[in-house]
Amino acid sequence: MADFVPPPLWPEIGLEPVPSPEDGLMAACRPFVAAPAHNQALGFPGELVEDWETRAVARLGELLAGNRALRVYLDACVGCGACADKCHFFLGTGDANNMPVARQNLLRAVYCRHFTPAGRLLGPLAGAGRLDRARLDSWYGYFHQCSQCRRCSVFCPMGIDTAELSMAAREIMNSIGLGQKYCNEIIGKVYAIGNNLGLPPPALADTLEGLEEDVRDESGHDVRFPLDVRGAEVLLVTPSADFFAEPHVDGLIGYAKVFHQAGLSWTLSSYASEAANFGLFIGSVEQMRKIALRIRAAALDLGVKRIVFGECGHAWRVAHAFLEELAGPFDFLDPRYPRPQHIAEITADLIRTGGIRLDPDANAGMVVTLHDSCNVARASRMGDEPGGQFTLPREIVRAAVPRFVEMHPDTTHDRTFCCGGGGGLLTDDLIELRIKGARPRMQALKQVVEQDGVTHLCALCAICKSQFTKVLPAYGFDREMMVSLHQLVGQAIRLGTSSL
Amino acid sequence: MAAELAMAAILVVAASALLVGLTLRIVLYARTPAPLPLATTPAPTGRVGAALRVGREIVLFPSLWGADKPLWLAAMLFHLGLALVLARHLRYVIEIPPAWVVALQGPGQLGGILMMAGLVLLGLRRTLIRRVRKISRPTDYGWLLLLLLIGGSGLAMTYRWHTDIIGLKAFLAGLWRLDLVPLPGDPALIAHMVLAAALIALLPVSKLLHGFALVFSPSRASPDSTRLGERRHG
Ligand code: SF4
Ligand code: SF4
Ligand code: SF4
Repeated sequence: MADFVPPPLWPEIGLEPVPSPEDGLMAACRPFVAAPAHNQALGFPGELVEDWETRAVARLGELLAGNRALRVYLDACVGCGACADKCHFFLGTGDANNMPVARQNLLRAVYCRHFTPAGRLLGPLAGAGRLDRARLDSWYGYFHQCSQCRRCSVFCPMGIDTAELSMAAREIMNSIGLGQKYCNEIIGKVYAIGNNLGLPPPALADTLEGLEEDVRDESGHDVRFPLDVRGAEVLLVTPSADFFAEPHVDGLIGYAKVFHQAGLSWTLSSYASEAANFGLFIGSVEQMRKIALRIRAAALDLGVKRIVFGECGHAWRVAHAFLEELAGPFDFLDPRYPRPQHIAEITADLIRTGGIRLDPDANAGMVVTLHDSCNVARASRMGDEPGGQFTLPREIVRAAVPRFVEMHPDTTHDRTFCCGGGGGLLTDDLIELRIKGARPRMQALKQVVEQDGVTHLCALCAICKSQFTKVLPAYGFDREMMVSLHQLVGQAIRLGTSSL
Repeated sequence: MAAELAMAAILVVAASALLVGLTLRIVLYARTPAPLPLATTPAPTGRVGAALRVGREIVLFPSLWGADKPLWLAAMLFHLGLALVLARHLRYVIEIPPAWVVALQGPGQLGGILMMAGLVLLGLRRTLIRRVRKISRPTDYGWLLLLLLIGGSGLAMTYRWHTDIIGLKAFLAGLWRLDLVPLPGDPALIAHMVLAAALIALLPVSKLLHGFALVFSPSRASPDSTRLGERRHG
């Protein structure tokens, strides 16, 4: 498929003007539907069931009874439109249904019709509508044009989080046999093989050995990449893209160097060789739990004392906020440390205490800006203080490179724009959407490139890194601009020297 | 006394609908499980902080401030005006109003004007900005119209067709004693009361519930406190 070529970025400095919403611009954009085998592997019906409308409404009823967020969010919208211009997919496509409230209304219409008196009595006057074939099609299209990034929820006066609604809609679609190929296939691979990429244990062992050799050749130090080592102190759970995608793997090398230099014994697990949890994207607590339980099993099996997560946005959301509920209790871990921890917390602390030393000159010539990965920014935390998810990565970047530059304040911290590939959309069948959705971030990047001479874009999320590597060239940037947070650390860390 | 009886019935039905409807909604929200913590971060790490966050949202609309300042202004005008107006109305239902209610009579009149100004701005915004027009449902205009009519009839009585306040108070006081007292027959007053009763009755089943829903909104009301063993790193 030839890649979509976007119109050039706005020539002015600043963020692009908000487009005027038009109907149907992205109506044809939809990801591939899952094959029966992919749905069945997750326990969903293989194909769209016959009585799908009835079953979908029934499933919505079940979800409403079990999830306060869904109920409250469906009720509370006043239609004020404060969220309307906050979604990167709306800003990048101009499609009216990509305004968060319009996206919500696709589901809210069905909720109104079946679960509220106003909808039952007034029908379309109250915005109610049946889940007919046309609406189901728009659900499939537009709930897969939401990366569940939660940016809209920051601005909504009721705190309505469209991500929750798009998760619920995807869960309902799965329950009637209308799954999305990319997500369901990947979850199937986790169950069958252990990770999203389908990398079997022997191949993983080979890869890690190769990395040990590479690092030895490059640095002269015997940095280990241990796999399935019983009794290690730390189990590192990281997105499988870290094992060979670029620049992810440079991040993995960075983690290994940090552990090496700090003298922490650690291991990866071939059973839980994936931090990502696509159960979140399809809104299925059961799938999320099944995937999370693999981490628990691996930690118990290997007898580790701490669990540490590598750079992955939504994985850290699931780990930080949900892990205890999904797969707890983690009382077998060392109670002196947060359960679980993020690698950036360890690195930042080691930098502060002098446990590792970084030499920014090793990254001479780099001017780095940071993309706050949205799941880290708006759905998790690092450190003990609210907002640590912003300060810790910045501390690390500043320690590792000669110059750090912030992007436009409306595009960082909790206002960060999604990369455009999160939430289960990182698939080639959605490439046009991904390129358009990245536009607001690219516009902000362009500004710091032109004004401050930024040379590199740093992120701490596997999906962001893959997405940016793919879409940067569409906007005239070099894909090599993309760096992992721990790549910067790995390049700057002083190995072997006394830490005094 | 047929008109009085009808008005009494309307008010009792509306008040009961409000009380029952609101209670049912709140119980439903409170009882629906919220298994996963869904705070939009950065969020307070404790329950008290989270409650304060919700309180701030209810009183000051900080998220809206960050989103859209003209909208914040219109919303603030309307809600602040409404609060003043409601406080002012207490003197119609309390026989001997406390001093602060008396003191609020002047600001309450101003409140009526602020509220109407807010409504007009909200309505203009809904019709003039294409983005907002596109997401508006017929009922959104309906609520605006209803509120404008209630506010308009109220202002009309304040500034133009003064109504017999003493008679109104006597009627309402009578209701508490289950006693029908004659009600002043001004059309503006009757319209004002019937429309307000409709609004009150429909509140629990409409989007006007949003203030109560906000109390239960997981992205604002849940603390960011689930991670165990937080103390030291490294
Ligand atoms: S969650 Fe993100 S992608 Fe989804 S509607 Fe909100 S802003 Fe858009
Ligand atoms: S900001 Fe919130 S209340 Fe306003 S339209 Fe969007 S979702 Fe609805
Ligand atoms: S990939 Fe990154 S930016 Fe995109 S949704 Fe995930 S965390 Fe957010």
